[in-house]
Amino acid sequence: MVKITFIDPDGKKHEVEAEEGTTLMEAAIRNMVPGIDADCGGACACATCHVYVDPAWAERLPHLLQRSETEEDMLDFAFDVRENSRLSCQIKITADMDGLVVHVPQQQG
Amino acid sequence: MPKQGATEGPENAPATGAAKVIETDALIIGAGPAGLFAVFELGMHGLSAHVLDALPQIGGQCTELYPDKPIYDIPGFPRITGAALIARLKEQAGLFDPVYHLRTRALGHETLEDGRHAVTTDTGLRFIAPVVVIAAGGGVLEPKRPPIPGLAAYEGRSVFYAVRDREQFRGRNLVIAGGGDSALDWAIELAPLARRLVLLHRRETFRAAPESVRRMREMVKAGEMDFVLGQIRGLKGGAQAGLEEGALAAVIAAHGGETFEIPAERLLLFFGLAGKMGPLADWGLKMEGHRFVVDPATFQTSCAGLYAIGDACAYPGKLNLILSGFHEAALMAHHAVSRARPEEAHTFMHSTSMALLRDRLG
Repeated sequence: MVKITFIDPDGKKHEVEAEEGTTLMEAAIRNMVPGIDADCGGACACATCHVYVDPAWAERLPHLLQRSETEEDMLDFAFDVRENSRLSCQIKITADMDGLVVHVPQQQG
Repeated sequence: MPKQGATEGPENAPATGAAKVIETDALIIGAGPAGLFAVFELGMHGLSAHVLDALPQIGGQCTELYPDKPIYDIPGFPRITGAALIARLKEQAGLFDPVYHLRTRALGHETLEDGRHAVTTDTGLRFIAPVVVIAAGGGVLEPKRPPIPGLAAYEGRSVFYAVRDREQFRGRNLVIAGGGDSALDWAIELAPLARRLVLLHRRETFRAAPESVRRMREMVKAGEMDFVLGQIRGLKGGAQAGLEEGALAAVIAAHGGETFEIPAERLLLFFGLAGKMGPLADWGLKMEGHRFVVDPATFQTSCAGLYAIGDACAYPGKLNLILSGFHEAALMAHHAVSRARPEEAHTFMHSTSMALLRDRLG
């Protein structure tokens, strides 16, 4: 199991245990992390699972910031898109992400 | 967006006084894949259905969010687009003559003395049915609203999510935010009407149809509209700008760490849609997050005769797959018929042995 921390806009931390090979969005939904809506269920079709990768982690694992073309397109539907923005349904959890910190935006839509 | 051509009942008029009452075997809330297949499954058991949907066309997310996206896990279809799947489900459901009520939202619910359910809509309808099926997915798909403080005061006055009356943009400073087909189509359409039109988008790339992007760039070059790189941060207007409440003066945007203002009397926002469960969440049913808890043997919710299927339901091991919605529709219908027709003996039948299907389909 890999430990992931979601931090909401008020600074409240939600620590969850995620299985390798699943996605960050699934980990959030299974643990009912507030602010991750995931309307489309992981089809990269709604941009309601937007997260910001913690800057320290973006430095440690630069590939965490690599967005596919589809994901980049879908981010047009999100608000306050930053360099460290990702759709959590597109991040597959690997062992090296143990301890990963991501921030949940103020609002998905 | 492909038009599905679903029928819209003549009773689909705005509410005027007393509700029009419609009695039916089953009311299905949501015309996505699960709701459409529920029409077929209920029909197989001899139950007729009315179907509500908030959107102007059937198909739910398949039509609204990903009509052209291929789906690879529908049994028997190695590859099928959202729009094509809905067209086939509509044809299949059509065998049992469902009545679709589009642009219609479910509002209130009550259980009647005889055990049937009454459901009211925002269009002034009152459905009475022994079986109500919530197939509402993630809820009503509504335009996404940016997290801007005080936004509500401007909505419907100077900030809009769709164009209903283009005249209100004539001679105005108009900002259109977004980078998809809706944003570009309306920018091209409204630029000649507006005093000055600014298209605001976060990057140089647009996911809209290449032809629209080409046309937009031509118009920018010709000075017929402006394109500004940036993301919306806030609004300026109302009393603070010496205007009446809800009147917009400027859009505050940011790009690359720089914040700036764009003069605007009207703002159109096109950031897609997101689901909101809305009034259904207040029906007093047992919920888990935004989903309705069901018994996975019957798909009945915590209220007898109220069922939930598809993405709207929750049970151990639930997968949000279209194919799960089909399975759930079949089990729901099998249980629902005993509730709708308690006096009749019910036997399980395979579709291959049903005379009606043979007669109609050969």
